[in-house]
Amino acid sequence: MDPVLVDLARNIATAIAFIVGGGFILVGSLGLIRLPDVWSRIHAAGIIDTIGAELILIGMMFQTGLTQTTLKLALIGLFLFITGPTATHAVANASFIAGIRPDRLKRNESEAVLGEDTPEEMKA
Amino acid sequence: MTKALGLLVALFALWLALSGYFKAFLLAVGFLSCLFTVFLARRMKLLDDEAVPLQLRLTLPLYWSWLGGEIFKSAWAVSKIILSRNIALSQQLIAVESPLKTDMGHVIFANSITLTPGTVTVEAAPGKFLVHALTDEAAGAEAFGEMARRVAAVETR
Repeated sequence: MDPVLVDLARNIATAIAFIVGGGFILVGSLGLIRLPDVWSRIHAAGIIDTIGAELILIGMMFQTGLTQTTLKLALIGLFLFITGPTATHAVANASFIAGIRPDRLKRNESEAVLGEDTPEEMKA
Repeated sequence: MTKALGLLVALFALWLALSGYFKAFLLAVGFLSCLFTVFLARRMKLLDDEAVPLQLRLTLPLYWSWLGGEIFKSAWAVSKIILSRNIALSQQLIAVESPLKTDMGHVIFANSITLTPGTVTVEAAPGKFLVHALTDEAAGAEAFGEMARRVAAVETR
């Protein structure tokens, strides 16, 4: 394989990952402003810290090639993959317990899951 | 014993990956510190299915790559909602049955639901999760069933 071509392919792959990842981060940030309440904004933040962050990391991995740095980037990705949803869940659970109702809630099955432990404000 | 050995191997692999040193003295010191950590974990009775999940199948990375595809699809769907001129939401809190057998299986399932944009696990009860969904499509029951089946395939050997 021609090393110049390999370099070119790597740069193109990185550019695609950065552009798509950066696009998702931009859309997620816009969502944080446009969406109406805590509950829907959590989902916008979810886009940023899952697909946005992971795509940026993947883009960097194309640049570092088969080295120790790539392994470290992969580990960062793995940790984000596990800590991201944990933090998201913590925020969602806190707003649930605080009794912040989603804007125009269409269907509420809280009592079917929690029974008597459902916070007063969250009962249907 | 298997758990202790598994933790030792994993810790030493992590040490190697992060240090990148291959000198005999440093390797020995690194190995000793890993051994000490395993000893401490054992004293703290941490060597269980939660800290050393050796019971998971090795096909877990395959599950993650499938999950990556799902994350991309739902991130695309949520992005379209955010960018639409009139944001049309139908927020709902729905009950999702979790048919899994182990604690680790429940955690993987709940975390996977949270990872896919459009759905967030809010609260857990025995065998059930309370899930907040942004739209009717995100709350579709068949998507959760598919995910639960795939988690069940990796949770125990």
